[in-house]
Amino acid sequence: MQVRNAGCFTRIFSCLLFLLVLVPVVSCSDPEARNTLTIKGSTTVLPVVQIGAEVFMDRNPWAVISVQGGGSGVGIASLIDRTTRIATSSREIKAEEIERARAAGVHPYETIVAMDGIAVTVNPSNPTDNLTTEQIRDIYTGKVSNWRELGGPDREIVVISRDSSSGTFEAFEKLALDGLRVRPDALVTASNQVVNTTVAQAPGAIGYLGYGYLSDRVKAVSVDGVGPSGETIRSGRYPLARPLYLYTDGKPAGEAKRYIDFLTQEEGQRLVQEQGFIPVRQGGRLSGQWYEPQGKSRIFPAASCGESDSPFARPPQRTRRRIENRRPALP
Amino acid sequence: MRQFRETLYRWIFTVLAFASLLFLTGIVLTLFRESLPFLVSHEFFDTVLGLYWYPTYDPADFGMLPLITASFVVTLGAMVVCIPVGVGTALFLHELASASQRAVLKPLIEILAGIPSIIYGFFGMIIVAPFIQNLLGVPTGLNAFTASLILGIMATPTVASLAEDALSFVPRSFREASLALGANRWQTLTRVVVPAAGSGISTAIILGIGRAVGETMVVLMVAGGAAVIPDSIFDPVRPMTATIAAEMGETVMGSVHYSAIFTIGLILFFITLAINIVAEIISRRFRLKLGLGR
Repeated sequence: MQVRNAGCFTRIFSCLLFLLVLVPVVSCSDPEARNTLTIKGSTTVLPVVQIGAEVFMDRNPWAVISVQGGGSGVGIASLIDRTTRIATSSREIKAEEIERARAAGVHPYETIVAMDGIAVTVNPSNPTDNLTTEQIRDIYTGKVSNWRELGGPDREIVVISRDSSSGTFEAFEKLALDGLRVRPDALVTASNQVVNTTVAQAPGAIGYLGYGYLSDRVKAVSVDGVGPSGETIRSGRYPLARPLYLYTDGKPAGEAKRYIDFLTQEEGQRLVQEQGFIPVRQGGRLSGQWYEPQGKSRIFPAASCGESDSPFARPPQRTRRRIENRRPALP
Repeated sequence: MRQFRETLYRWIFTVLAFASLLFLTGIVLTLFRESLPFLVSHEFFDTVLGLYWYPTYDPADFGMLPLITASFVVTLGAMVVCIPVGVGTALFLHELASASQRAVLKPLIEILAGIPSIIYGFFGMIIVAPFIQNLLGVPTGLNAFTASLILGIMATPTVASLAEDALSFVPRSFREASLALGANRWQTLTRVVVPAAGSGISTAIILGIGRAVGETMVVLMVAGGAAVIPDSIFDPVRPMTATIAAEMGETVMGSVHYSAIFTIGLILFFITLAINIVAEIISRRFRLKLGLGR
């Protein structure tokens, strides 16, 4: 008995010792120590930076890039407490975040990596092909609650929205709702994929999601007569388009610069397109905006897609094929 | 040497035992610290009784009543499912099942308990929700009813195995005395065994409630997520756990919204704490009643 107990305790003890040995090993893997480039933030931007990182690491065997999701807010918070080198975001950095960054001595620098359109989707059985922004606003604020009122079948509208803190929601709210409140009984889903699933299941449903996540199981309606496509989103004709951002502390340098350069140039932008997003520009590096400690205004206002002088509204120098290669939909 | 080893082990295990206390204190302190800015700047009862949850608008509304109601509705619904099924399973296993049936059923129930909640969520979202939607003709299958159903199935193994334990704790002498007095099997079961195990079964049910209240993934995927007080059980709802899980990732750290989410966490913590205390009190009473002592 004595012997057996002792053996058991020895085993537990050695487990503890093993853990003690493990702790320093784990703590070695912090970003700077092994020159790991960490990228963290929006789940919308995730597929782009992920595939970008894979190809980049393929080209540069010494590079170690770690990509994480978590959300735009998490990404920017991590940039501020310096646990990530690049923060990805599907919305512009907020004034209060800049405030916090400044207090922590971090100066967020913005790079637009791609354009994303927000597609408005309905169930394939729905005859509606076009909605005006006003109709979309009426549906989402609860003014209209039956498809009959919009000339469709007599069917209750099942309004599907995203979490009020998701980047897609914020962009949709700003672009389509003018900051009005979504009706409180709208279904709130946690991801783009769930929007697809839910719209595909409910005949009366309407939802919105990132263009790259559009699946064949739902129907994208045109907005104000303009259907979502690579051309219309890039040119700014499609009303619900937004830029996707990368934020770094100060101008990107070292590994971060090499990676961002890669992503914003020819090859990286081809990957952007393969992921179902819209390339921002051909070749060349986009100029970002340095946030001065005094807090100057930025070059890229998020909702300025309609203006012809905005940098990402510039027509492409070479015509591109319409995007067919969309991101495969998960079940 | 042996004395030294014994002292050493004693210390190691004392430290390990107190580690969980340390974690608990840490969690409670964090919850309080992070929710403090919100509790200071907002009237607590206005918030708890507020009807609108619009945390990211300007001006923001942090009415938590729809969220709290949703948690209660979904939990109640889950109880309606898991009490009959769970207790029924326990009675069957204890009274009627043959040895071979028990040998099959018990491990199966344990497997059901071990399925990760996201699998239940997937199952609910892909299979159950469309089925309910078509069957009942409701606008969407992602509603309180479906969430209750899935949560009930999830809580069933907890209730079943704890209730079965409670039944088996009833001393054999109780049953023998009852049968000796001429009571038949049904009378013995309903008038002697179940009342004797009553508080144990209640504990099982309360712990099942605790499981349902705190469950996150299933309600996030299946409950629909509308922050509104439901008119019927077929309306989409947004329980507290789903709100925390969905909004934590995207909110600005240190903002009022962030702090409000921690306040929801704090409320949830106190609800589960109360549930556990009630369960403990009932279970203690049960042990004393059967003369098992402590």
